[in-house]
Amino acid sequence: MSDAALAPVRTMTMAKALNAGLRRAMEDDPKVLLQGEDIGKLGGVFRVTEGLQKDFGEDRVIDTPLAESGIVGTAIGLALRGYRPVCEIQFDGFVFPAFDQIVTQVARIRWRTMGRVPMPIVIRIPYGGGIGAIEHHSESPEAYFAHTVGLKVVTCSNPVDAFWMIQQAIASDDPVIFFEPKRRYYEKAEVDTTTQPRPLHSSQVVRPGRDATVIAYGPMVKTCVEAAEAATDEGRELEVIDLRTLSPLDLGPVFESVRRTGRAVVVHEAPVSVGLGAEVAARITEECFYSLEAPVLRVAGMDVPYPPSRIEEDYLPDLDRVLDAVDRSLAY
Amino acid sequence: MSDVRESTLDDTGHESVQLLTPEGERVEHPDYAFTGDDEMIRGFYAQMALVRRVDAEAIALQRQGELGLWPSSLGQEGAQIGAAYAMRPQDYAFPTYREHGVTITRGIDPLRLLTMFRGVDTGSWDIVEHNTYMYSIIIGTQGVQATGYGMGLERDGLVGSGDPERDAAVVCFFGDGASSQGDINEGLIFAASYNAPVVFFCSNNQWAISEPSERQSRAPLYRRAAGFGFPGVRVDGNDALAVHAVTTAALDRARSGNGPTFIEAYTYRMGAHTTSDDPTKYRLADELEHWRARDPLSRVRAYLEGTGAADAAFFDAVDADADAVATRLRQQCLTLPVPTLADTFGWVYADPSPELTEQLARHEAYVASFEEAR
Repeated sequence: MSDAALAPVRTMTMAKALNAGLRRAMEDDPKVLLQGEDIGKLGGVFRVTEGLQKDFGEDRVIDTPLAESGIVGTAIGLALRGYRPVCEIQFDGFVFPAFDQIVTQVARIRWRTMGRVPMPIVIRIPYGGGIGAIEHHSESPEAYFAHTVGLKVVTCSNPVDAFWMIQQAIASDDPVIFFEPKRRYYEKAEVDTTTQPRPLHSSQVVRPGRDATVIAYGPMVKTCVEAAEAATDEGRELEVIDLRTLSPLDLGPVFESVRRTGRAVVVHEAPVSVGLGAEVAARITEECFYSLEAPVLRVAGMDVPYPPSRIEEDYLPDLDRVLDAVDRSLAY
Repeated sequence: MSDVRESTLDDTGHESVQLLTPEGERVEHPDYAFTGDDEMIRGFYAQMALVRRVDAEAIALQRQGELGLWPSSLGQEGAQIGAAYAMRPQDYAFPTYREHGVTITRGIDPLRLLTMFRGVDTGSWDIVEHNTYMYSIIIGTQGVQATGYGMGLERDGLVGSGDPERDAAVVCFFGDGASSQGDINEGLIFAASYNAPVVFFCSNNQWAISEPSERQSRAPLYRRAAGFGFPGVRVDGNDALAVHAVTTAALDRARSGNGPTFIEAYTYRMGAHTTSDDPTKYRLADELEHWRARDPLSRVRAYLEGTGAADAAFFDAVDADADAVATRLRQQCLTLPVPTLADTFGWVYADPSPELTEQLARHEAYVASFEEAR
């Protein structure tokens, strides 16, 4: 390794930050192992596991047969033997063959054993659109998993969180579905690898403001921060909150913010109906009813299948759609 | 005392292993031998009789409204006891919900089999203490889980270490219906790919609720193993001696690092699928008569009586012991404690969220409000 790679603060892409986080988790705990398709020699189709098989061996970085239910199901057996498996699902749309093992098994084993047997499994899923992909490669299936009791669901939006959250997820004795916004894989930031900034299941105010609260997670955080910057041209100060954890939700900072601003806009790529935004809106209404100056608005994907890539920009929430919703909120 | 059979084909015309005929005659097989003694065979009989008695008691409890449901193991005792006796304590079992003979032989109190069906808990014994997983309810999910457990044994250095007292393997139990599930097939693929120490034990009891095994497979199930690249063998599932011999060989192979084996135990579900089922709607009485003549207990009893290896006092004692267990089981079943909904909140997460804790507190306050109003 070069000296730069060993430096405590270094500039990394999100993919490299995840790689470094996985590496550190494997160094810290010999029971951590990785399973997935093409994660060995190739390093995964996004290269998140690049070099790990070479350094940790084929017994700990396991290229699996091409069967997602098998990947997650064998992880359960390994967890029963005391291992902490980290499964890579190659693309969001490929998780459904494993859906049964995740929902009826992984999520319930602790409950069914009346708390005796933990299931410390992490299931990494690259998700979301905006990369010009073909069908089933741009999905945002997080609500299915957030709706499943027994699972925890998180998503990182930047390299710092990627580095720390993956390690925290692996250390969790509860199963964690770990969503990685694939269109942000190659964006860079300075990562301090010495100081854990905050707990896994906590949301974070990423930009303070007083006029409206914009709530996002994963790939939409950057979009919303850019919208907030653009809004300053009109003299508006938007507060942007990165949820980071989708199950459980950490809405304390959201309530605190909405009580100040009186206005909330929730943003996600997944289809709008019965999505995370609906849950966040309901909870804001319950907790901040007398502070609200406008109904909670949602900016999200539409209730059609994710479109062909030439028209995906029309589907995905962008800076203008976020600001349009802010305008509508302020106009109430 | 043993005859060499002229053929190793069973009455369906397929290769099969049988070491004790339905009439109670010991026969030899070119590849497999029962290595136990008469003491062990008496043990098989006593255990099969116990399981049959527990099963009958559970059915009665369901009919009297004390259990919500019960899946009967009647007729499959030979396959279950033969396989379970071949396992060592360090081996790990993944049973289906019909594998009562396996779970009881693994040392689990029969009372623990009833709790799920009485609706007082989720159906979990201490899976670590007994090296026996919970009953799988979603058909076939255990196929990949068992293989993962075997992959763990390999990584723990407990396969092919050269110390037979230490080496371990996994038995994945499933049925002819589950053989159609993707998870069983993925389990077979992963186990073959990693040479995992797993014995896939398929109890082909001919019926998946109302669907005959021909609906699941046009070829004999044991032949599927060839396509996955490891051995498959059919055994007379109502012959506990043959099942024991075949499972012992497969487990030895797995423990020593030579990989998986597929065993098709050819047997018959004499009872209904569960107490909610009515098999008269889809199968004929003639079929039951055919299989009743191949009963797993009758043939062992015929052998023990015919050779003088057990006398009337032995069989009386077996029946008395089984009755005593059944009586105790009934009493304890009726007084099983019922948890509160609040208890279940504590089972979900190692680290529960503040929201979940708050939800429970709200529920408890709501319940308490009725108490206060009294």
